[in-house]
Amino acid sequence: MRRGIARTGYDAIGVLVFAVMMFPIYWMVSTALKPGTEILSLTPYWVPNPITFDNFKTAIAVPFFWNDVVNSLVVVLTVVAISIVLAFLAAVAVARFGFRGRSAFIVMVIAVQMVPLNALVIPIYLLLDSVGQVDSLLGVIAYYMAVVLPFMIWTLRGFVHNIPVDLEEAAMVDGASRVGAFMRIVFPLVAPGLVATAIFGFIQAWNEYIIAYVLLSSSSKQTLTIWLASFTTQHGTDWGGLMAGATLTALPVVVFFLLVQRHVAGGLTAGAVKG
Amino acid sequence: MRAAGEIGATKALARSHAEASPFNFRAAVARHSLPYALIAPALLVILGVLGWPLVMLLWLSLQHYGLRELFQHQGTFVGLKNFSTILADPQFAYTLRTTIIFTVVNVGLSMLFATLIALLLERVSRFVRVLLGAGLVFVWATPVIPAVNLWQWMFDYEFGVMNWLLTRIGAGNYLHHNWFENPLQGFSVITVIVVWGAIPFLAISLHAGLTQVPRELVEAAQIDGARAWQVFRHVTVPTLRPLLLVLFSLSTIWDFGVFNQVWVLLNQRPAQDYYLMAVFSFQESFRVSQYGLGSAVAVVMIAILVVATFLYVRQTVRSINEGGA
Repeated sequence: MRRGIARTGYDAIGVLVFAVMMFPIYWMVSTALKPGTEILSLTPYWVPNPITFDNFKTAIAVPFFWNDVVNSLVVVLTVVAISIVLAFLAAVAVARFGFRGRSAFIVMVIAVQMVPLNALVIPIYLLLDSVGQVDSLLGVIAYYMAVVLPFMIWTLRGFVHNIPVDLEEAAMVDGASRVGAFMRIVFPLVAPGLVATAIFGFIQAWNEYIIAYVLLSSSSKQTLTIWLASFTTQHGTDWGGLMAGATLTALPVVVFFLLVQRHVAGGLTAGAVKG
Repeated sequence: MRAAGEIGATKALARSHAEASPFNFRAAVARHSLPYALIAPALLVILGVLGWPLVMLLWLSLQHYGLRELFQHQGTFVGLKNFSTILADPQFAYTLRTTIIFTVVNVGLSMLFATLIALLLERVSRFVRVLLGAGLVFVWATPVIPAVNLWQWMFDYEFGVMNWLLTRIGAGNYLHHNWFENPLQGFSVITVIVVWGAIPFLAISLHAGLTQVPRELVEAAQIDGARAWQVFRHVTVPTLRPLLLVLFSLSTIWDFGVFNQVWVLLNQRPAQDYYLMAVFSFQESFRVSQYGLGSAVAVVMIAILVVATFLYVRQTVRSINEGGA
């Protein structure tokens, strides 16, 4: 009986925590769906009534929206496509081979993730400035690759490591070549991991702010995270439009993240959870 | 599974040694250089795009590098002068102190709430666990820039829902309250944003860790008469020590380097009271065009972080060497 009451109490706290954590997201989406008079009201309207998509229309009509969507996609897809291949090769090396310098490589991969990006933005700006690549997507792409590579190598290493070598050996005993065994046995098993890691790289690159902010100065070359600042002018902020823009920017990330969270969440703490 | 992998790896090693016989010399050379060929492209990118700027950052911190040098693409070597300049700058002392306090408070609060939520997740019914877990993942998935924008709106001085809510629950009169006039209040808002964003990853990792604490140990302690707090202190915490270490280091690294939250929240024009190390370094470089001084600040920042990083890297490397995945 007492246990039952305790359980109900914990459940109530759990629901409360859920409500507190989720409220900001609800508020963003509901503001985006409200007509202007309900947004600029001293007493808040909890539910948008009537629901309107005007804010989304405004947001999409803001100059350079589609342009910046394309920029974001070009940057992110290029980064992911190249770095997933490089990361996979490196991950296979680390997971499948013992070689001199392996530990040093692993230490570098982990340590490099710890360098704060905003500390490196100064030399990167000056380097790209001296070769005339400031305000070009190319510089951003090169930099983002280095940002996502260490995490990708690290996560993929875990996926490859978890596939027993015995499977490959069995295939080789049955007459497959080493490469053949790898392509037919290991690759299909790692494929879901590759997809998950690629999507996670997509998210990281899509969300990046400071490099794009410093390097991409012309409006036609910006990415979406930078574009969000265009709702704030000297005359104040268009909150409805900003919330709609924020929702649009967050949406692909949230959808993708929900798909892969389970697979890659362990990456960062992989070494620490025993199991 | 892991044991099998280990044996497999050992076998693979043994095999590659066996094949290194003089009869098959070329194949052996190919086998030995294969892993290097595999890591080479990634290594090249990482060293070229991260390693090279890192070296250049150190070099820049020893140079005078202002606007004129920017046009000439050539700084002037001044030794440690930048470091003595920033160390004598009261703004640097203020910023360093603020950043350290900010980091301690944010890491502490994030870990505290995350631990409480992880413990809560163990005690609620299945339905609430799924619900709360889904909520956490949603918050985790929300990208930082949109998240800062939404908090900016919630704390808006005129129509922000927080001012209405605080006034309504009787916490005082917050109507038309500007949260950013007073840096202490402004930093409280930034703390709310950072902690809110940090909780999901920490809570979910801790909850995953808690499920690994052996049942028998907990039960044995309970049979011996240990109370809930004692079980937590003497069984749960020691078991989770490696995980806690990693989470503490990661949180420290992230919170010490906070930039986006301050920058976007204050509309890209933070007052000097709001400078954290990353913001200070950025302003010195890109607003004042003193790239040498900005680099020196960044070098100090990295040097401090190396300590936190060291523990994390050592723990992770140690667990790989024990064969974990």
